[in-house]
Amino acid sequence: MVGPNAFNRTGPHLNDLFGRAAGSVEGFKYSDDMARAASGGLVWDVEHLDEFIENPKELISRTKMRFNGIKDPEDRANLMAYLRQFSDDPANIPEAEPTLQARDPDVDPAILAIKGDPEYGAYLSGECATCHQVDGGDDGIPSIVGWLQEDFVIALQAYKSEHRSHPVMQLMAKRLSNEEIAALAAYFEAVE
Amino acid sequence: MKLDRRGFIGAGVATAATLSAPMVMGASHGKPKVVVIGGGAGGATAARYIAKDSAGAIDVTLIEPTRTYYTCFFSNLYIGGFRDFASIGHSYGTLAAQYGINVVHDWAINVDRDAKTVTLAGGSKVPYDSLVISPGIDFIDGSVPGWDLSSQNAMPHAYKAGSQTQLLKAQVESMGAGGTFAMVAPPNPYRCPPGPYERVSMVAHLMKEINPTGKILILDPKPKFSKQGLFEEGWDKHYGGMIERIGPDFGGANVSVDPGAMTVNIDGEVEKVDVCNVIPAQKAGRIAEIAGVTEGNWAPVHAADMRSKLDDNIYVLGDSSSQGDMPKSGFSANSQAKVCAMAIRGKLTGSSVFPAKFSNTCWSLIETNDGIKVGASYEATDAKIAKTSGFVSQTGEDAALRQQTYEESVGWYAGITADIFG
Repeated sequence: MVGPNAFNRTGPHLNDLFGRAAGSVEGFKYSDDMARAASGGLVWDVEHLDEFIENPKELISRTKMRFNGIKDPEDRANLMAYLRQFSDDPANIPEAEPTLQARDPDVDPAILAIKGDPEYGAYLSGECATCHQVDGGDDGIPSIVGWLQEDFVIALQAYKSEHRSHPVMQLMAKRLSNEEIAALAAYFEAVE
Repeated sequence: MKLDRRGFIGAGVATAATLSAPMVMGASHGKPKVVVIGGGAGGATAARYIAKDSAGAIDVTLIEPTRTYYTCFFSNLYIGGFRDFASIGHSYGTLAAQYGINVVHDWAINVDRDAKTVTLAGGSKVPYDSLVISPGIDFIDGSVPGWDLSSQNAMPHAYKAGSQTQLLKAQVESMGAGGTFAMVAPPNPYRCPPGPYERVSMVAHLMKEINPTGKILILDPKPKFSKQGLFEEGWDKHYGGMIERIGPDFGGANVSVDPGAMTVNIDGEVEKVDVCNVIPAQKAGRIAEIAGVTEGNWAPVHAADMRSKLDDNIYVLGDSSSQGDMPKSGFSANSQAKVCAMAIRGKLTGSSVFPAKFSNTCWSLIETNDGIKVGASYEATDAKIAKTSGFVSQTGEDAALRQQTYEESVGWYAGITADIFG
């Protein structure tokens, strides 16, 4: 909800959203993934908001929001122009078309279309299994088994391009080729 | 895969036709045999991955004297009171029951490289086609004058986890009011570069609770150490004034001890201490030396597959190996083991061999919810395992990020121990 009488419902209220630290609305119970992004220092500036609204799971894999994103930049600009009316101090928002700022492109459909080799993925997964539990346990480190391949590829590509900030994951993702990421996605999707 | 002349001859019955898909049958009849010496992060991981991924096509024997293995990583957290002792102990039941690994609780005392057998303390000989040696570290005699293994009760090393770790903690707990905890830190290279300094942090945490007027004295032969800025910032913040470090400029490299008198001699100055944690200089586990695969203190290996540079049928993992840029850590050993397991399966059964990838991350805990980390990725070059890129926690990070880093380390422990022991 947004406006003078807004309160937290399925999602947190959106007043004073611009410049707010992610995961910081009092009284709202965020998802583990959102809480991790918050600990990593994510702030809702215009660039990150635009990215999040375009495709939420590219920035954060699992939130409480069931929403696939808005692809049209103009629609996103209009939505943000509406939301910013409810922020007290929008001074840090550029006056000119905020969404025209340069940012990294979406994951190339050609990359998403790569068919991964699960046998290669099984070998590569050994590196993941040092931290991520293959039985799906997720204390302290998120589970990565049973993800849809596309979600998996989007997440790893986002670390590779440093859209996501975790240093260990950036290190791991940057040395993986697109084929290797596809292989891992194919392997982990099949792990029960 | 590449076979050099020696490897080709070593393949015995192999003929030219097998070059494209090498297949080495067992020395006797039946399946190829892999023997693994050492059931820690390197050896147990290698045994598990070879057994798991070969699905019964390779006989795997794991030789490890202890029935319950206590991990060195996280043993400092037990000293600090963040873990109970049982939580860092692991048994081999799953490796035997679920993966069909022949787990032998005995000491390997000799390796006959010509006959390709390992001799056990119990007297029997175990044949192998490929042998993995992953025995961790042993201590260099005389590296801290006045100290030897017979004084490890008076002055524990606690650098092989288990009863030594419990002993050291008990000694800190019984210090009484005030007094000095001394640590003789090891010279490079040694197991777990941040380990001694995480240990100091955990001892400080414990003393802050039960003996806040006690002091900690680090005697260090090294001019600098892993994550130094981060540790020193944390020590100032959490344990102001409790910890003093004497580096080589002030005699930290010229230290001897007297376990009977409980004194340390620092460049001629004798000081009485109440607890003394002596971490001696280190070398490859003794069996690597006995097998004749060491040069100097460590066992040189090829970067691509962890194969010994002195014997194509032997692979050396983890702390004992000399491989290049990777630190000696449980994470490194686990990473190397998976590359090695793949290479051995490829050699013995012709399965696919993919390019080696290595990585390492070391988390350390400074104080409750104040975790830090350092890590890097590596690639195999002709000369060595070479670092490609890395990261380290920054000074001044906020409390939420440090807590996240600690929680991540707890998740990592659950992940890696499941990866090692099943």
